[in-house]
Amino acid sequence: MDDLIEYAPDLAAGFLVNVKIALVCAVISLVLGTVLVSFRVSPTPVLRAAGTVYVNVVRNTPLTLVLAFSALGLSDTIGLTFSDEPSTNGFWLVVLGLSAYTATFVGEALRSGINTVPLGQAEAARAIGLTFLQSLRLIILPQAFRAVVAPLGSVMIAMIKNTTVALAAGYLADSAFVMKDTFDDTGVSIPIFIGLVLAFMAVTLPVGFFTGWLSRRLAVVR
Amino acid sequence: MRLRRIGAVLAVTAMSASLAACGGDKTYATVAEKVKDGKTVVVGTKWDQPNLGLKKGAEPEGYDVDVAKYVIKELAGGADDVDITWKESASSNREAFLANGTVDIIFASYSITDSRKEKVTFGGPYVVAHQDVMVRGDDTAITKPTDLAGKRICQAAGSNSYKRITDPPPDGELDLDAQLVGAANYSECVAKLTGNNLDAVTTDDLILAGFATQAAEQGGGNFKILGQPFTDEKYGVGLKKGDTATCEAVNKAITKMYSDGTAQQLFTKWFGKAQGLTAPTSAPTFEPCA
Amino acid sequence: MSSTVLFDAPGPRARLRNNALTLVAVIALAAVAYFVYVKFDQKGQWQGKIWKPFTEATTWTEFIIPGLLGTLEAAGLGAVCALAFGAVFGLARLSDHRWIRIPAGTVVETFRAIPLLLLIFFLAYLAPSVLGSGDYTLPALVLGLTLYNGSVLAEVVRAGVLAVPRGQSEAAYAIGLRKGGVMRLVLLPQAVTAMMPAIVSQLVVLLKDTALGYIIAYVDLLNYGFKIIPAVFFGSLVPAAIVIGVIYIGLNMALSALATWLEKRSRRSRKTGAKPIAAPGVIGMGAGAGLPQ
Repeated sequence: MDDLIEYAPDLAAGFLVNVKIALVCAVISLVLGTVLVSFRVSPTPVLRAAGTVYVNVVRNTPLTLVLAFSALGLSDTIGLTFSDEPSTNGFWLVVLGLSAYTATFVGEALRSGINTVPLGQAEAARAIGLTFLQSLRLIILPQAFRAVVAPLGSVMIAMIKNTTVALAAGYLADSAFVMKDTFDDTGVSIPIFIGLVLAFMAVTLPVGFFTGWLSRRLAVVR
Repeated sequence: MRLRRIGAVLAVTAMSASLAACGGDKTYATVAEKVKDGKTVVVGTKWDQPNLGLKKGAEPEGYDVDVAKYVIKELAGGADDVDITWKESASSNREAFLANGTVDIIFASYSITDSRKEKVTFGGPYVVAHQDVMVRGDDTAITKPTDLAGKRICQAAGSNSYKRITDPPPDGELDLDAQLVGAANYSECVAKLTGNNLDAVTTDDLILAGFATQAAEQGGGNFKILGQPFTDEKYGVGLKKGDTATCEAVNKAITKMYSDGTAQQLFTKWFGKAQGLTAPTSAPTFEPCA
Repeated sequence: MSSTVLFDAPGPRARLRNNALTLVAVIALAAVAYFVYVKFDQKGQWQGKIWKPFTEATTWTEFIIPGLLGTLEAAGLGAVCALAFGAVFGLARLSDHRWIRIPAGTVVETFRAIPLLLLIFFLAYLAPSVLGSGDYTLPALVLGLTLYNGSVLAEVVRAGVLAVPRGQSEAAYAIGLRKGGVMRLVLLPQAVTAMMPAIVSQLVVLLKDTALGYIIAYVDLLNYGFKIIPAVFFGSLVPAAIVIGVIYIGLNMALSALATWLEKRSRRSRKTGAKPIAAPGVIGMGAGAGLPQ
């Protein structure tokens, strides 16, 4: 218990980094995922193919490799830098890798949401003379959105947990790194581990409950 | 049903495979005995450190590896018939590998420190390295270690070299205000140095010399080492805690390696092209075997 | 095209518009590809010299294949243990006894909520201080994979058994089977068919997660490919990342293809009343399901 109290400031600072990464990634991956799904359901075969290739490549690559590549490959070798300040640069490289990875799962969740809308709904919309955009806005998206809330919640929870892999990109600031560093100094400490786990649960459980509640409230009875 | 049977077969296979991996054969009291009588030994070296221990093909090669071969040969009484198995020993698992017998003896740029002495018996040291600084070849802003104030230096996971720059004694040395850039190991540090994502890599001069020589040979980059060493890193031979008999034998072998000129010859072979390094002429003072 | 919910069969104007869009898309994608090519070229990433190691047999026999074996060993052990863990805890959660159901539920929910890397670090540091010194990278990795993926699989098992129509168990009780018999002879055989796709997708997740072992210095494909190969062949970092990336992607896509095939087969199969349950990574079954590293 003493370990937890002694290292609490460091651990809290590390955990705050996880939260910051998660917040930025949530926004970017949702935007990127929406773009991706619009590719994957577009009427243009080329865009569909591009979307499919991106999803299959990125989703099947271990996150550790994605993050290590974004730091060592894209930044160190190719010369992509966000900032001269190393810690800012490291932060955005983690965000880049994690968002690119999470976006594939967001895209797939959205796509399966669209697929849950029965064909008859779209046919009925066309039959009453709605245009493409109208049927999308009034009929399909509202229904798809409801089916997508819970899976998106799961994706976001997994993303929050995945922020701990940040150290694979050489960004040595998050709580997983602080925990490892502390263990290196003082040996294993069960209170520190449990404290961190509870901190993560304090963030992920509300997200799960909220999206679960929302999806049940919005559920379409068919 | 069929599925379950397949599952059972898989489980049994996996378990027996892992058991076979853990199972050992005849045991010897000391590593020296094992080398002499059993004619086999498992040697731990780095696999990713150019010119010290780098796995190029079936075997690693480098200064540490050549010293290991010499010492093993001496332990076997001068005979060249010992079957050596090479095993990667990264900084983070060296102590564990020795303690549980995964490896018998370690030559892996293994600095002798007080905290490690509690867990490991060290033979040697067989060479003394010094912390130094490596920068890009075209960098003229950094000419001495104190120029690192405000610069970006590498923090390799599991290594404390950066503390000598950023912290005051006793942990550190220079107490400068440098920015740290994280990396998993020193190869990554060098990649970041090439890519202009940091300004200097600071660690043992032998490690730096390995990278600089390799980059020059393979034409991939141009680095220079400042040549202003500021610490002593005594590279020891790692042995299981308490194996003092082997430790004494190793020290005898190292003494011989220096007296017959092999030590200087190996040093020149691997570090001759690096600037600012001179081959030692006599064996370093040995640490007591404990 | 008429089978999608979004679009009708295109008319002449829509076809024209689609063709224009295709053209724009092709140009844009080609521009992106060219930009990437030029950026890589500027940094000399297409030089034959840094790609050459991967055309030599020794690079494969000395680095990539041993690394791959390390990855497959961790994945194989993890998969077997996680399946066993999942079966035990999934069925325990379905128990009629509160004192079994509730602890099992707590274990499953807890391990699903812990970030896997934290768990693996913790186990890797805990093992030596409890069991004495030793090399615990593989056991820590396998145990971490087992606890996390096993917990997700427990949910899959539970969902699979619950997906079997009630009439099946009612009929089984009616012909005089006991609880064990109902589960063993009626529910599980049908549930397994429904669970297979979800199980295989979770195994893909598990295979990807073995790469976390790299962070605790387990010697796997990522370790060999991303640490040792670039150290040996100066400058080959990007080629190495691409080559081992392709291997991971190939392995996972083969497993995913197996999942799709199993799903199709179980849809066709009339032996089960249970509909295939969704892969946990795509359709969430509650907090924290699926999709990690």
